[in-house]
Amino acid sequence: MKKIIIPLLLCLLPAVSFADAQKGLEIMQEVEKRDLDWQDMHADLKMILKNRNGDEHIRSLRMKTLEMKDDGDKSLSIFDSPRDIKGTAFLSFTHALDADEQWLYLPALKRVKRISSSNKSGPFLGSEFAFEDLTSFELKKYQYNYVKDEAEAGVDCFVVESVPQYKHSGYTRTMVWIDKQRYIPLRIDYYDRKNALLKSQKFNVYQQYLDQYWRAGNTVMDNFLTGKSTTLIWENYQFRTGLTARNFDKNTLKRSR
Amino acid sequence: MQKKLHYLLILSLAYLPPVAAWELSGYVGIEDLAFIEKPVDSQQHNNYVSGVIEAELYHEWDNGSQIFAFVPYFRGSQHDSQRTHFDIRELTWVKSAEEWELRLGIRKEFWGVTESRHLVDIVNQRDMVENSDGEDKLGQPMINFAWIQDWGTVDLFILPGFREMPFTGEEGRPRAQPTINNHHAQYDKNGFERQVAYAIRWAHSVGDWDIGLSHFYGTSRDPVFIVEQDGQGKISFIPYYQNINQTGLDVQATIENWLLKWEATVRASEQETSFATVAGFEYTFFNVSETGLDIGLLAEYLYDSRDERAPSSFENDFFTGIRFALNDVQDTQILAGVMVDSRTLSQFYNIEASRRFFDNFKLEVEARFFNGAKPDEIMYAFRKDSHFRFELSYHF
Repeated sequence: MKKIIIPLLLCLLPAVSFADAQKGLEIMQEVEKRDLDWQDMHADLKMILKNRNGDEHIRSLRMKTLEMKDDGDKSLSIFDSPRDIKGTAFLSFTHALDADEQWLYLPALKRVKRISSSNKSGPFLGSEFAFEDLTSFELKKYQYNYVKDEAEAGVDCFVVESVPQYKHSGYTRTMVWIDKQRYIPLRIDYYDRKNALLKSQKFNVYQQYLDQYWRAGNTVMDNFLTGKSTTLIWENYQFRTGLTARNFDKNTLKRSR
Repeated sequence: MQKKLHYLLILSLAYLPPVAAWELSGYVGIEDLAFIEKPVDSQQHNNYVSGVIEAELYHEWDNGSQIFAFVPYFRGSQHDSQRTHFDIRELTWVKSAEEWELRLGIRKEFWGVTESRHLVDIVNQRDMVENSDGEDKLGQPMINFAWIQDWGTVDLFILPGFREMPFTGEEGRPRAQPTINNHHAQYDKNGFERQVAYAIRWAHSVGDWDIGLSHFYGTSRDPVFIVEQDGQGKISFIPYYQNINQTGLDVQATIENWLLKWEATVRASEQETSFATVAGFEYTFFNVSETGLDIGLLAEYLYDSRDERAPSSFENDFFTGIRFALNDVQDTQILAGVMVDSRTLSQFYNIEASRRFFDNFKLEVEARFFNGAKPDEIMYAFRKDSHFRFELSYHF
């Protein structure tokens, strides 16, 4: 009888203790290392929002990002459509564990509004992407556990569980499929606060820039709860265009259209 | 020699950057103002239909460091000739460099943090015929130099050309009783001193704090009113604009779900020195029950030492409000608030809702109700002016 109980108990222990925290961290350190020193980035972004009935809505925005050493990145997003919010701009200074700093520019009033960054889990522009899904990757934001090897879309991957360490996350954990060769994410599964599978994001059409940095041409986020999906289409990637912190201040925010 | 010049010309033309596209955007809309009660003055009406167009022509070049924008605006209104108005909201050129920006032309400038009243915001005249909420502004000619340093931004303003506050006409609503005379404003200074104002502002963000400190010298944008009787014995209000020195402070602390806000001004005119403040908070519950809904609670206290003589009705009032943002595809938003006078307990209710349709259309509904104003209050003039405002606009 005893012999049966022990393996049973082992099965009941949380999966985390089996997983390999050290290996998980090492994989993500390599992910970070390979994506260092791109300095600044510009890209045009189209979001295609689809509901269960197949109705589509399109949002387009331009995004500039400044890589910060030893801190989260700075980013400026300017909305081009829907037309009633054209010219609205969003400035964000992200931090690994401290609260991000965020400002919104409302062009009709010419008003710059400092907004709360506690809104991590809420939808971005009515899409299936939460604010936290779109902020820059910082190693310290999560605790990692290597779970297993598994192929994703025919590519050998490490599967790493990431547990958010920052406040106000809508997730208990995410599962990330990391390409073993290129050390880039191919898929992320998101588990909600009740630890149920909520969403899955797939990264497609990767291209390499400056012979080093891989960027996805599009990513698709499926929400299993609502049946809705959002596709992000990234275009016109440009790196090292000479942006400085000055391109990410409130004065620039007020000039943005 | 001639040939050399030609070569130079061709060479310099070849060096001209490609002319980036000029961008045109804007909206056209149709609006209905519907009043619930019979007007105080029989010249006024119960329903006003109007049409509006605002366009923006925009161009940027020099790698985005120079921009040009032209924003003309027109509203044509039924019944109220004063509300039919054209304005250049913007006609501006901006040059930006690493440590400074130069902004010339007709522009709009916003200062401040609070929601119920924009106390420190003084550069532009308010367009009170466009909407009685005072959120719309007239374009202001200016020379604005911004000096951008690690310790903040210092903005210097020279503001030539004073613009009077426009008010609804005799047939218009909501309006003061008796009517405000739009044509015979008076000033305590004349000539150059009346026309040109100067301002300086320092603004900075440090961690959770956004701080602004400003000073303004020139003709006050908000008038006081003098009662005047003309030859026929008709009584009207005459706007009286004073030369003032106003120092303003605005502070916001953004801590977790809290926005803590404070604005204060000290204003000195030939008549008196007065103090005014607005202080309050906004607390937001984000993504309630994981539906995407944000619910914000707002509360602000308003004080003005001029008391009942204050040209605004916010002398000792409490504002509370609730904001719903659905964060849906249609960007549905509702803001409902009430301002209560602490002395008379008279109330002003304001509800604003907006929603997008078919990607390019937007519907806005506003409801404003006045209740319980006593005859000695400014609000008393508007006691019959509770109304709904509907605007459907197409954005291009």
